[in-house]
Amino acid sequence: MSVLAIISTKNGAPTKSGLEAASYAADCAAAKGISSVALVAGEMIGDGGIGATGINKVLHCSEAYTDSGQWAKLAAAAAEQEGATAVVASHDHFGRAVAPRVAVRLQAGLVAGVTELPSNGTVRKNVFSGKAMADVAVNTSVSVYTVTPNAFGIKSTEAEAPVESFAAEVGGVREKVTGFDSASADGQVPLPEAELVVSAGRGLKGPDNWGIVEDLAHALGATTACSRPVSDIGWRPHHEHVGQTGITIRPNLYIAAGISGAIQHLAGVNQSKTIVVINTDPEAPFFKAADYGIVGDAFEVLPKLTAAANALNN
Amino acid sequence: MKILVCISQAPDTTSRIAFTDGDKSFDSSGVQYIVNPYDEWYALVRAIELKEKHGGSVTTLTVGGAECDPIIRKALAIGADDAIRINANPEDSMQVARLISDHASSESFDVILCGKETIDHNGSVVPAMVAEMLDLPFVALATHLEVEGSVAKMNREVGGGEESIEVSMPFVVSAAKGMAEQRIPNMRGIMSARSKPLNVLEASAAASTAVSKFTLPPEKGACKMIDADRPEELIRLLREEAKAI
Repeated sequence: MSVLAIISTKNGAPTKSGLEAASYAADCAAAKGISSVALVAGEMIGDGGIGATGINKVLHCSEAYTDSGQWAKLAAAAAEQEGATAVVASHDHFGRAVAPRVAVRLQAGLVAGVTELPSNGTVRKNVFSGKAMADVAVNTSVSVYTVTPNAFGIKSTEAEAPVESFAAEVGGVREKVTGFDSASADGQVPLPEAELVVSAGRGLKGPDNWGIVEDLAHALGATTACSRPVSDIGWRPHHEHVGQTGITIRPNLYIAAGISGAIQHLAGVNQSKTIVVINTDPEAPFFKAADYGIVGDAFEVLPKLTAAANALNN
Repeated sequence: MKILVCISQAPDTTSRIAFTDGDKSFDSSGVQYIVNPYDEWYALVRAIELKEKHGGSVTTLTVGGAECDPIIRKALAIGADDAIRINANPEDSMQVARLISDHASSESFDVILCGKETIDHNGSVVPAMVAEMLDLPFVALATHLEVEGSVAKMNREVGGGEESIEVSMPFVVSAAKGMAEQRIPNMRGIMSARSKPLNVLEASAAASTAVSKFTLPPEKGACKMIDADRPEELIRLLREEAKAI
């Protein structure tokens, strides 16, 4: 018996959310007193740092699969070989495409977007866009979990895991990747994985004023985001839109300037650990969801914050 | 081109979230239901645009009881041609995916479009399950979809950027922001929706998970206000108190 983590790679190393899934699988296995195994497909050096999360063994497939059907066949074969009672993946673009296929192949119940380890026969996840939690029981012999990014910390020990090569018959490619367009050319951490986020809304008055947002993000090592109206009118790209119909994030720190805090926006950010709101209107609803607030003009407050953050860095 | 769009109802975003039945069920009393926004704004509207450009038909499919009929009529008013409702109580993703794929396997759809997730359960996994059950290619979180002959060209969100990807029909896709713009149904659409076919089918499938308890998150403490002239105080608190930076 074992717990199997399935991990995608980027630029020759496991992704951050993949290492979170590995940490989750290792803890899950330790709690049950069984072994933990990670399956990685694609180029990777050594154990890719996966052993440091507590994983006992790494199965490495040298072929980099981008086809979700091929990946799922590989993962199901590894789960069978290792006698996996649970399969863990990240709840990102990779896990959302591959884990459900694995669940179907293994006839396993799937709980998507878990935030805590299983306990007492259930596992916790967020529902209603972060406005509630659900404890979910799986009634099949094998379980599949996808782990919410930034919900479960990456464990880091001195350990290294032995690496075994692994391959399986996975059929042909049907989903052909023909190109990649980098959305964050300036080296920002991708928004779904970012621990620090600086976001702004219509209060910024125009796309030419985003320099002060980017300056603060740069000083903090944060990723920039925006509200829906701002992406709809084209001031900022769609992939920066956080909220109900954009993307949901869960950073350690979310700083919102010039965003009033409509309920649709809150649905995308209310799982952030610390929320800072800067708004000229003291009645802005966002203050009710915030941990820290400044009533003031973003054009004056943001540069001062940037200066204070830079002073701290020096 | 024969397109299937999976739509589900979801509580309106402003709904009060409360639970009943020993915190095992969502309390739907007084809750206004809407078409799940990802299903409506992105999947359904893009399907209608593809039909307008290439010809064909758009069928919606919903798993649920008669209480779903208003949101199905709205989808018909926006421009779907006909609708299927599988008369079963949706219990979990595997059950819903099985009901969808069982129906779809008896038809020959070229494209199965879904929203990327529902705003109540936030699972985001039904589309890929349907793809696996039907042995079809699948693209998650697509932001762009064009069809040329029997090949679809899509963009999808991946960490730090967008991939372009090609698949042959038939295929399953989950739609994210960027795919299409919201459409408001006009009076003609609303009138014609009343006479469009809404076929109710009986079917069942087994669920593999069950919610044993819902919990509301702890109340947030009061917001700590900081003087606008002393932003360095905020930076200090973020470092020393919140330990966020």
